[in-house]
Amino acid sequence: MTAMLKLTNVCKTFNPGTINEKIALNHVSIELEENDFVTVIGGNGAGKSTMLNAVAGVWPVDEGSIRIDGTDVTGLPDFKRAYLIGRVFQDPMTGTAADMQIEENLALAYKRGKRRTLGWNVKPEERSMFQERLKSLGLGLEDRMTSKVGLLSGGQRQALTLLMASLQKPKLLLLDEHTAALDPKTAKKVLELTQQIVERDHLTTLMVTHNMRDAIAVGNRLIMMDEGHVLYDVRGEEKKKLTVEDLLRKFEEASGETFASDEALLSR
Amino acid sequence: MSLNFANLIGALPAGVAQGIIWGVMALGVYITFRLLGVSDLTVDGSFTTGGAVTVMMILGGVNPWIALLIACAAGMLAGFATGILHTLFSIPAILSGILTQFALYSINLAIMGMAANKGLPVDKYALAITSRHIPTAIITGLLIAAVIIALLYWYFGTEHGSAMRATGCNPEMAKAQGIDINVMKVIGLALANGLVALAGGLLSQYQGFADINMGRGAIVIGLAAVIIGEVIGSALLGKRMNFAGRLTFVTIGGIIYYLVIIVVLWLKLDSNYLKLFTAVIVAVFLSVPNLQAHAKSSFSRAGKMAKTVKED
Repeated sequence: MTAMLKLTNVCKTFNPGTINEKIALNHVSIELEENDFVTVIGGNGAGKSTMLNAVAGVWPVDEGSIRIDGTDVTGLPDFKRAYLIGRVFQDPMTGTAADMQIEENLALAYKRGKRRTLGWNVKPEERSMFQERLKSLGLGLEDRMTSKVGLLSGGQRQALTLLMASLQKPKLLLLDEHTAALDPKTAKKVLELTQQIVERDHLTTLMVTHNMRDAIAVGNRLIMMDEGHVLYDVRGEEKKKLTVEDLLRKFEEASGETFASDEALLSR
Repeated sequence: MSLNFANLIGALPAGVAQGIIWGVMALGVYITFRLLGVSDLTVDGSFTTGGAVTVMMILGGVNPWIALLIACAAGMLAGFATGILHTLFSIPAILSGILTQFALYSINLAIMGMAANKGLPVDKYALAITSRHIPTAIITGLLIAAVIIALLYWYFGTEHGSAMRATGCNPEMAKAQGIDINVMKVIGLALANGLVALAGGLLSQYQGFADINMGRGAIVIGLAAVIIGEVIGSALLGKRMNFAGRLTFVTIGGIIYYLVIIVVLWLKLDSNYLKLFTAVIVAVFLSVPNLQAHAKSSFSRAGKMAKTVKED
């Protein structure tokens, strides 16, 4: 069976040759099986989001290869990989078009990675399907199909982005600290929705988080990163038994430093 | 100095006719300024290109309506050039537009056979629109504007047009949905300048000549029309305003702008100050939404409110 995502020796250095040179990814190799739900943790600057951006194709990597479901995407920019990938960003403003209606946003996402024709964007037969999907979020958005997305709260926008990312089943769902900008109650709700959608649609998921408790509670596998490489990779039963203290100890053992992220420590 | 009111009334129809033409141009400006979020300065050049191409085509025996379509294509080429400079070579959009506009000055002169202006023997040709018969000119102008608004309404409702709107609204989101934002920007700039050149072609037929300076300040007039239209539209329709309404009000904004000009001329103000006057109008209208926001939330307001706080 081919891996759903395969990173082989991926390297990325920002600002090479300058005083701000930063090795963000240092020979990262990981493999995700189909239906893996992997949480990624690590301190600030560990390379978590950088790895996600490398997979999404925000910029080209310096070395290594990236394969999604057997397709080599290393040479493709983000919009050409989009047909394989659903994305939710940290900033709730990023994932949706504020000046456009909820149904227009959904229709745009429904065509992700497909040819955009001169046919009507929001088709009547799709509208009822959108409505049903919105209903499953339990936020009452199904009654506001023609509202501008800019009128929604951060949590609602994030839930909508999640729906858009999964509307056209992606090979890979990338979640980049997508609950970090939300208040604790909303963050909990969005995380629940995430689990619900991932389970229902059997999505292969990579979720970056600052919250160690979430990282342990969610998914079947956990990766800890530090200084641009994978420090610790745990799955299945072993992952279920983890505690935040275990993770902190692992981090100190492997890196010889204490874990430098206030948010992660505060969330104990 | 006496002001004759009958003179003003007499000048209004011509103002409406010209205003419609500038309103069509403003639709092009609306596409770049509002939908793509780009201030495209190509228009000062492409408007003249449209006029020059139209006049030369008609002089060469081409049907005046076909000449308009060719002018539109020429304008699209100009917008395409700006788009390539901006996307392929990563030059800031505003500078790309200035470069194209600058180059177009030479190109426009060349189109007109190195003459600064070119007259059109109005009686010799069956022009699409002419100031010789203003009522017909108004009706023709309105029909053309209506067709263009209908086409734009349709296009921006399609999958392709929606992708362009998403590109202008949120490029990050657009890319995540697999939209090639560079291609979208180039198409948008081409489309907008096509409309601007078409308007230039209409004006050259209407006034019976093309002039190398006819497009000077077109971007400012276009912005004025867009903003006047939006302010009036939202005052009249408020939240009920849809996309077709917005486009319609942009065109109406062009007409109102031109009527204001007519009034200014009627007041016997020196027409040399027209550009200054236009710039002031645009600056005022551009600042109105900001001033409104400022009135609700500013440090001076917070300071005043603080003085009413009773400390015990």
